[in-house]
Amino acid sequence: MNVHDGDLAAIKVTGLTKSYGQVPAVRGIDLTIAPGETVALLGPNGAGKTTAFDMLLGLTRPDGGTVSVFGVPPAAAVRAGRIGAMLQNGSPPDLLKVREAVTLVASYYPHPLPVEDVLRLTGAGEFAGRRTTKLSGGQAQRAYFALALVGNPDLFILDEPTAGIDVEGRRDFWLAMRSATERGKTIVFATHYLEEADAFADRIVLIARGRIIADGPPTEIRAQAGSHTIRATLPGVDVASLGALPGVAGAERHGDAVILSCSDADMAIGALTRTYPAVRNIEVRGVSLEEAFMELTADDLDGDSTSTEQDRGAVGTGEKMTR
Amino acid sequence: MINTTHLRYDILRMYRIPTTVGLTIALPLVVYYAVTPGSRHGHPEGIPFPLYFMAGMAAYGAMWAAVFPGAHVARDRASGWTRHTRTTPLRAGTYFVSKVLTSYLVAIPTLVLLGLAGASLGVRLDATRWLEMGGLLLIGLAPFAVMGITVGHLLSVEAMMPAVAGPVVIFALLGGAFGRLFAGGAGLTIVKLIPSYWLVQAGKSASGNGDWPAEGWIVVAAWIIVLVPVAVFAYKRDTSRV
Repeated sequence: MNVHDGDLAAIKVTGLTKSYGQVPAVRGIDLTIAPGETVALLGPNGAGKTTAFDMLLGLTRPDGGTVSVFGVPPAAAVRAGRIGAMLQNGSPPDLLKVREAVTLVASYYPHPLPVEDVLRLTGAGEFAGRRTTKLSGGQAQRAYFALALVGNPDLFILDEPTAGIDVEGRRDFWLAMRSATERGKTIVFATHYLEEADAFADRIVLIARGRIIADGPPTEIRAQAGSHTIRATLPGVDVASLGALPGVAGAERHGDAVILSCSDADMAIGALTRTYPAVRNIEVRGVSLEEAFMELTADDLDGDSTSTEQDRGAVGTGEKMTR
Repeated sequence: MINTTHLRYDILRMYRIPTTVGLTIALPLVVYYAVTPGSRHGHPEGIPFPLYFMAGMAAYGAMWAAVFPGAHVARDRASGWTRHTRTTPLRAGTYFVSKVLTSYLVAIPTLVLLGLAGASLGVRLDATRWLEMGGLLLIGLAPFAVMGITVGHLLSVEAMMPAVAGPVVIFALLGGAFGRLFAGGAGLTIVKLIPSYWLVQAGKSASGNGDWPAEGWIVVAAWIIVLVPVAVFAYKRDTSRV
């Protein structure tokens, strides 16, 4: 192993595991994140995202494996003021006004940003004089983000920073995030909003049941899942032989219509027309990230007898289902 | 170990809870002014009543002041704020020290205002007596500050207030903040073992009639020695990594 890898990485995780009693939460994660990357940790509820974050922050002790942040243990990186976090269900302290809360947190860090700048950049200036307990959901998240930003950390760890905010609020949050963080800052955020990961991350780490099941740029995640779907009209054909065609990853039939998900659409079309000259109305579509997500998590679930419909329902919609 | 911004906001947050002003300042002052004029010329235990009751009410208000900041750790735990601070460079020791200092800094206005109230009803003491009384009161408060922190780390916000109010009122009564319960015998022997007795005694010692013997130091020190490990245990149990 190259020693410099560990030194240069913003985050380096190897063989990370964590169980709560008999229940495994994280089942062996290896992950290296370079400085300056914006990475989405995408997965359904219960995938292990929050547990992984707690270990990145030194709040939870791993059962196995190692975690280093900028080459040192998480607790040391926290003490050095290199991390700014938004925890899940976290909030600013009560009994203070927003400006006071930001000033308070600034006092914890060695090289904080000016409080007024942070209030302006995050949009929290509009309600800086209001008590932290008298804010709307979107305002509270922006105030909480201001607390993560004011320490001027090198690494942001944001656990579902836009949970409970509507689509417009989410866009505002990320606009503020973009303008507030200079290039060179590392951002790792957890989400189960697919379009959020797609729109704001330059790398997606897909996590399900405590494991990483895909890791790459959004485009690559789509390719890994089967890049295209072919729909066609083809009466009286057996699904199994369709599925066996070269370039086809899976096949379904609905009456006379067949749907093929393809790992290589070009090869699949060639094979389909050669084998079944009667095929009509061929239509090729790129799959959405949502479908890719369904497929990748479903693959993972195949080998797992505890798979539930509830999990599948929760991942596919892009909206929060249950908390 | 001391972050002055954190300390300043800890104190500000205490005074933004209406109960703080009510129990540490308003209640002892109102009771003092309500009771004292009628008994102005009494000499319980040989001490002029205005001074005697000033000592009791100062001890009572200061007990509340000492217990409150620590107990409100429960609030920070409930809101998730304690957990968030562990993702920042704020040291646990700084947080802890700030709570203890807040206890004292909230107690000082209580003592000063009760002193002024006493003076307004005829209490006259030398500067050295005032300082001696204030100093002994602050020492006697330490067990209560630690008690508050213990409660704050062990209990929920809902359970915290009754868990604090019960002992404070009982300790105040037994300690003689509202008047002496036992002139001697087994009762006196027992109440001499509780820290509030010595808190009240600290105030009375200023008259020259009450005193603060070695026994006072020993009892207060024993309570601190017993309670600090309990507080540390409560803190560790609460914040340990799982």
